[in-house]
Amino acid sequence: MSSLLSFTILGVFSGAAYAIAASGLVLTYTTTRVFNIAHGAFGMLLSFVFWDFSQRQGMPVWLSLFLVLFVVAPLFGFVVQRVMTRGLGEAPVSVSLVVTVGLFVGLIGLAQQIWPPDARTLPFFLPDSGMQIGEVYVTAHQMITIALSVVVAAGLYLLLNRTRIGTAMRASVDNPDLLKLYGGKPSQVAALSWAIGSSLAALAGILLTPVIGLDYYELTLLVISAYAAAMLGRLKSLPLTFVGAMGLGLLQSYAVAYLPSEGAFAGVRAVVPALFLFAVVIVMPQAQLRIGQVKGLVSAPVPSLQRSVGWGVGLVVAMAVVTLALSDSNLLLAGTAATYAMVMLSLVLLTGYGGHVSLAQFTFAGVGALAYAKLDSPNLLGLFVAAAIAALVGALVALPVLRLTGLYLALSTLAFGVLMDKLVFQASFAFGFNGSLPAEPMSVLGIAITEPRVYVLLMVMFFAAMAVALLALRRGRLGRVLIAMRDSPAACGTLGLDMRWFRVALFGMSAGMAGLAGALFAGLRGTIAATDFQLLSSLPLLLLAVVCGVTSATGAAFGGVFLMLLPVLQSNHPELAGLAFAVIGFGAVALGRDPNGLANLGFKLGRTLGVRFGPQVRGFLPALPGGGARREAGSMAEPTTPERTPYDDLAGPRSGDQQEEVAVGGTARG
Amino acid sequence: MALLEVDDVVVQFGGVTAVDHASFAVEPGRITGLIGPNGAGKTTCFNVITGLQKPTRGHVRFADKDITSLSVHRRSRRGMARTFQRLEAFGSLTVRENVKVALDIHRGLKGLVQRSATDIDALLERVGVAAYADERADAIPTGAARLLELARCLAGDPQLLLLDEPSSGLDESETDAFGELLQELTREGRAILMVEHDMDLVMGVCDEIHVLDFGKVIASGRPAEIRTNPAVQKAYLGYSDDDAGAEAPAEQTRTDLAPVGAGGYADPYDEGATTVIPAVGGPGDQETR
Repeated sequence: MSSLLSFTILGVFSGAAYAIAASGLVLTYTTTRVFNIAHGAFGMLLSFVFWDFSQRQGMPVWLSLFLVLFVVAPLFGFVVQRVMTRGLGEAPVSVSLVVTVGLFVGLIGLAQQIWPPDARTLPFFLPDSGMQIGEVYVTAHQMITIALSVVVAAGLYLLLNRTRIGTAMRASVDNPDLLKLYGGKPSQVAALSWAIGSSLAALAGILLTPVIGLDYYELTLLVISAYAAAMLGRLKSLPLTFVGAMGLGLLQSYAVAYLPSEGAFAGVRAVVPALFLFAVVIVMPQAQLRIGQVKGLVSAPVPSLQRSVGWGVGLVVAMAVVTLALSDSNLLLAGTAATYAMVMLSLVLLTGYGGHVSLAQFTFAGVGALAYAKLDSPNLLGLFVAAAIAALVGALVALPVLRLTGLYLALSTLAFGVLMDKLVFQASFAFGFNGSLPAEPMSVLGIAITEPRVYVLLMVMFFAAMAVALLALRRGRLGRVLIAMRDSPAACGTLGLDMRWFRVALFGMSAGMAGLAGALFAGLRGTIAATDFQLLSSLPLLLLAVVCGVTSATGAAFGGVFLMLLPVLQSNHPELAGLAFAVIGFGAVALGRDPNGLANLGFKLGRTLGVRFGPQVRGFLPALPGGGARREAGSMAEPTTPERTPYDDLAGPRSGDQQEEVAVGGTARG
Repeated sequence: MALLEVDDVVVQFGGVTAVDHASFAVEPGRITGLIGPNGAGKTTCFNVITGLQKPTRGHVRFADKDITSLSVHRRSRRGMARTFQRLEAFGSLTVRENVKVALDIHRGLKGLVQRSATDIDALLERVGVAAYADERADAIPTGAARLLELARCLAGDPQLLLLDEPSSGLDESETDAFGELLQELTREGRAILMVEHDMDLVMGVCDEIHVLDFGKVIASGRPAEIRTNPAVQKAYLGYSDDDAGAEAPAEQTRTDLAPVGAGGYADPYDEGATTVIPAVGGPGDQETR
């Protein structure tokens, strides 16, 4: 009986901390429509700041707490909102997620750079005080946490219902433009809510740190618990969010108490938030299609079949030459780059064309690799079976979220990643706890490919073939429908498209591509482990894919090379490890608004140079029969797409006025 | 026999009742107008009919079947298509591709094995956007984009067309041509339900009109009846011939009738006061037309 009580108190304690974190998340999301996936990272960074103030610099705890909660955290939230996430609420979900994932990764990098890995502890508040309730001892820290969650709830209630700015906050949830017309300042509201959200993240982080440790990742992944709790209130209702948080805290605590600590259930404790999340998502009602969110995006040009085949063959030939000069270890790196490039191609399909985001693409690669490693003398058929299994798993992840839209799908991939990381990949039938699996090299037509150079070339061929197939798909019927779904789900629905199964198929296909890459990777490496497919590596993957260009195969190729170079840089310069993450993270924050990325800038530059210098260059060449050179120059001069930035209309939804401007321009030109 | 029946539909958003026990029917081969002041619940009715909005209560019947609980795409496959007040053209695709997608969606798997008989260019020509065929849909004028949405609907050969302010953005001659197109479409046996602010067009082409005000159907009838209906005048002008019997103060009528819809309709000071008001039944009707 006493154990039940003590676990209940423990559960209420965690629940209270989750409630504080989750209410900050709900506040920022409802007022700005930007889901801050870096919410946990805010808490992590600010907990480190608190540690720095109170432990390293030796300031009194109360002063450190005051400085962090009322000065540093609000200022940080304010600056982030002003500089990084402003206007994202109107952008497609894929863009706002990429920017906040950039923050997520960037802040982890920043924390690692400022406070390199080391053993740090944060003591409980008033460690020697507590109270005996019956047979159970309740620490002062627990009581403070529970009391603070009540204070936060009451404070938020008063703020939202009893103050002017709170009324403005609630109004901005419904319609920021209208609020502006009535003299409110949505920008002020947004900045304030991010400042408060940041403080609440800090408070939750500081309260939980003595329990879960001052850890970059554990604290950052607090966002999953907060999100799971907030989902009960559909990211809107604060009271339900509190209920969700308490329920989650209790469930987690009872899981520790009553589930066997060995065997199949051993890992369940760590994934309770993820399971809770899936359970809530499944019972969520059907999301209604929203009207008026249409955006035409300018994408990288899609090359013709001949052109893409030409580039593919060119790539394979070039790599055949380059690999001659590579040592075995460098060949391994080249193969790794090819793997990453293939995984990024799967993101081109999902994110670039489909407008959906997966935060766990490496996990799908891991599923493919795992399936491959289980095969005896794997061949091409086995490779495709491994890919098919990954595709099936991908479809299964999308299935519970069938009735929901973009954001929820992306966040459930995050939960799925945690589930796989901590439960499935660690299980004895998979890699085992901290274990690894051997994988045989693949055989093609009965010949085992043991020569690394040939294997790498095979991987490059797979990349090229996948890219050509993907571009062919984009030019065809399916590609058109994908773009149409991204531009206007409402129109697709009213034209008779069942988008739910289309989305599941898209997700499955993308996971299958990642699985194929993972399987090839397993054959390349010979030994694979769970650490090769960690959830947290999927985030830099997504970011580099977007920065390099998630709408083109070229972007995927470059992204693969850069992602391969990242660990190389880290092992050569360990002191810069954090900085590299910070650069990628904040780079994505800066560039994430244009999913065409650097690749498209390259294409544009190529076209400009072609127009500017093409004729001169050709002048030196012998004249081609039929004036071919001139015609080519002419076709290059015509941009395939209007030169606009993709989010010209990011500042606000399309209004009639803007349309009229377009209309005038169009008429004049016509 | 009515093709579409909206039966006692209520839609509540929180405390606001957007549609209040609305019932009306749409007959095949006819153009039915749905008019009313801004915020009367017209677009919400469209959303209920197409399944984008779940009604709080009430039923929608289409071709004798209750479709109230059907999903959006299933309703569409039964033969209805709509355009949107706020444009929903596929901006990243060209005008021709927009129609191609609609055709692909309509034909589903069948399209993989067998070529379509539908001539897309002829369709674009018919609707009047052939000139923009190869332009991106987000780069063409509003009026053309609305016509494109109509072309996209027609690719699926629907029995019922729901058009939400289709003529805004069109000039006078384009509107005339558009009116003729609508009548031609009904001669093919299609039913059209149209929300429209251009009273000349509504009164000119509609066979029947339903007037919504504060979510309620306050009048139904042929254009001539609607024009003289006191309740309609009251809804639009704030008074009716019966209780005022005189010219309305110009300033007031202008603001009352200025359509502020997101479609970017004509400047109220330009036309609103002279044509639109009398078209609803004001005394100046004949002169201004």
